[in-house]
Amino acid sequence: MSDHEHEHHEELSFWRKYVFSTDHKVIGIQYTVTALFFLFFGFCLMMLMRWQLAFPGKALPIIGALFGADRMPDGIMLPEFYNQLGAMHGTIMVFMGVVPLAVGGFGNFVVPLQIGAPDMTFPRLNMLSYWCYFVGGVIMFASFFVPGGAAQSGWTSYPPLSDIAPSGQTWWLMGMMALIFSSLLGAINFITTIIQLRAPGLTFFRFPFFVWAQFVTSFLLLLAFPPLQAASFFQLMDRVFGTSFFMPEGLVISGQLSEATGGGSPILWQHLFWFLAHPEVYVLILPALGIVAEVIANNTRRPLWGYKSMVYSLIFLGFMSFIVWAHHMFLTGMGSAMSAFFQTTTMIISIPSVIILTALILSLWGGSIRFTTPMLFALAFLPMFGIGGLTGLPLGLASTDIHLHDTYYVIGHFHYVVAPGTLFAMFAGIYYWYPKATGRKMSDFLGKLHFWPSLIFMNGIFMPMMIQGLAGMQRRLYDGGEIYAHTQTALHWHKVISISAWGLALAQIPFIINFFASLRKPKTAGDNPWHSTTLEWAAPSPPPHGNFTELPTVYRAAYEYSHPDHDEDYLPQFQADAQAKPAAATP
Amino acid sequence: MSNTSPWNDLIGTPDQKHEEGIVVSDSHAEATHQPGLAHHFESYEQQKESSFLGMWLFLVQEVMFFGGIFCCYVIYRSLYGEAFAAASRELNVFIGALNTTVLLFSSFTMVVAVNAAKQGNRKWIVYGLLLTILFGGIFLGVKYFEYSAKWEHNLVPGPNFEWHGDDVGRPVEIFYCLYFGMTGMHALHMVVGIGIMLWMLRPAWRGKWTPENHNFVEGFGLYWHFVDIVWIFLFPFLYLIGLAT
Repeated sequence: MSDHEHEHHEELSFWRKYVFSTDHKVIGIQYTVTALFFLFFGFCLMMLMRWQLAFPGKALPIIGALFGADRMPDGIMLPEFYNQLGAMHGTIMVFMGVVPLAVGGFGNFVVPLQIGAPDMTFPRLNMLSYWCYFVGGVIMFASFFVPGGAAQSGWTSYPPLSDIAPSGQTWWLMGMMALIFSSLLGAINFITTIIQLRAPGLTFFRFPFFVWAQFVTSFLLLLAFPPLQAASFFQLMDRVFGTSFFMPEGLVISGQLSEATGGGSPILWQHLFWFLAHPEVYVLILPALGIVAEVIANNTRRPLWGYKSMVYSLIFLGFMSFIVWAHHMFLTGMGSAMSAFFQTTTMIISIPSVIILTALILSLWGGSIRFTTPMLFALAFLPMFGIGGLTGLPLGLASTDIHLHDTYYVIGHFHYVVAPGTLFAMFAGIYYWYPKATGRKMSDFLGKLHFWPSLIFMNGIFMPMMIQGLAGMQRRLYDGGEIYAHTQTALHWHKVISISAWGLALAQIPFIINFFASLRKPKTAGDNPWHSTTLEWAAPSPPPHGNFTELPTVYRAAYEYSHPDHDEDYLPQFQADAQAKPAAATP
Repeated sequence: MSNTSPWNDLIGTPDQKHEEGIVVSDSHAEATHQPGLAHHFESYEQQKESSFLGMWLFLVQEVMFFGGIFCCYVIYRSLYGEAFAAASRELNVFIGALNTTVLLFSSFTMVVAVNAAKQGNRKWIVYGLLLTILFGGIFLGVKYFEYSAKWEHNLVPGPNFEWHGDDVGRPVEIFYCLYFGMTGMHALHMVVGIGIMLWMLRPAWRGKWTPENHNFVEGFGLYWHFVDIVWIFLFPFLYLIGLAT
């Protein structure tokens, strides 16, 4: 098989091999690199906003003049531009950064390897998925340069504001539709691949936890994204053809009664949006949990504690994530019966999350932990995700949410989940699988130089936001709340947050150097540098086209570390060994 | 190989899967040279199951998409039931019923094409596809005349919208927003389907699809039937709701 594939591989031109490739590994790397670029870009938007929040109305030195008179005249930011930055930061980070990195990048590269498949089931669809993402990204990026600038109605695009916004919003909707297509094609591909292309012997309960996480994530994408596609289509019709799906009657715009026809319901958009966007939150976190589980099992040299409970929790979490969405809408006046229902489901969904987190913490118990760079990030993930999750409880209860809704507390809460949470897990994944993707190891020293300042600055950014939010400071304020009496006590925290944000940017420099400089090292990593047990380490590093020199067979569960009947402290899934009983699938 | 359905795999014992794997991977070297079998599949059987699973997942996604649209319909109709009934009476039930019949015939001719593919009768694959394209085209043609009549009567939502019927308030326009949104999305699916069928004619005539390997034809058949079923819901929801009151 490999000979045949290899010949075929050599014939491919440069374009077919690296640009329009159908190989899941190339597509995974394309996704990763593009998503890292967008993460950096989205972070830059945020750093500009942080200037305005820390020093409202002051000219941004040196680079301020570069943005032009319609964005930052004399370096002073206009409110419209601030809104564009805010809306696009959220959109870019969620839909063009974290999801493509977690699902498109890690999912594409790792899942087929971990299940012992030569490729994804639909390689061309996979390529189409990447290019839809690319086109969506280009549309979003280009929208900054259309008249009126990019979308400025927040990443949630609530109508009627978004219905009457300048043309950037139309670009936002078209970009979203392309990004949704991309995610849907990817989800179909992942589910089919995981069910159909498993290596012989790899039953569902022998999956690495990461594969389970991607499997559930794909179902969330498949079921949650289409309603937003429908809603985006309707909002596009509202904007382009003058329909009134989301336009209420009697709307007053700048003191004038709107001529636009009415009768539509803005709340309907919120329901359709959050029906996607709440499962989307779990799309952001589940692959991260998967990566952390892989790294923790590998670096504690122990099987995961409670593997089956984790899997069942994961499935339950995926199911429940579809019936909690209206906890984002307690203040829309939907009534106490609805609020009671959604706050109950929200409290229920915290149970499986806590089970998974507890299982991961208990996995550390009695392990001989190796403090490698990926492990540091994975270990930091646990308390950071814990803080993010637990600060969500007051937001999930309707009575406390009335006070905290739309304050900086909300921003602090969800950023604890996705920034020091998900992004730390993504970094752990990059450090962990980089040797597999390139055949080279990243520098451990630079990795630690990346980790420690990042951890400190992340908390420097998001912890003060909790304090500001509890003091009552609203989010999305152009001047950071300077004109309000009740926010005066918390204003000084803006400077702390902004300086931490710029410090966080500096802390990423060792990572960028490490990422590129390591490519110049010799290929000394070997097939299994971390002494890991899962299938991706059976393939050569980097894996050739077709992945495995011979199709692996799976003999046991995913995390057979420190097996008492075995001399080495790890017993790979793919290793036939007479000493170990093949059916002993006890996690 | 009847035990290789995805659901059997889910519940199958490890040993079962293992044995299959060994049998299949032995034949893998020859398998890569079999026509129409992609290199990453071990057998036609696996390829077939994968493509159908993928197709059904795609349809699940479509159901959720139209689910979102129908959800909007349900909410607005429950809010503005009277206006919806009045607006619906402006639609021509006879033309709607005619189009429903045309679409059902196109589903039948699609089955003819799929059945011919199963028997390896390439002539009838092409005839079946041509007839399906014809009926699909008739449907879209009728839709075109329906749309232009709405345009002439100023029933297209937007600044030019005018309503001369019973005074049931402005929400009557919401009905037409939904009418154009829903039938427009359905028509877009039909246009895509007809485009794919036109592309399919050439490989069908050249005998690309054999009784062993015609997943594409069968998968496309599922898509076409799905688009049909969407219309089966659209017809009563849009054309018939005025008759009851």
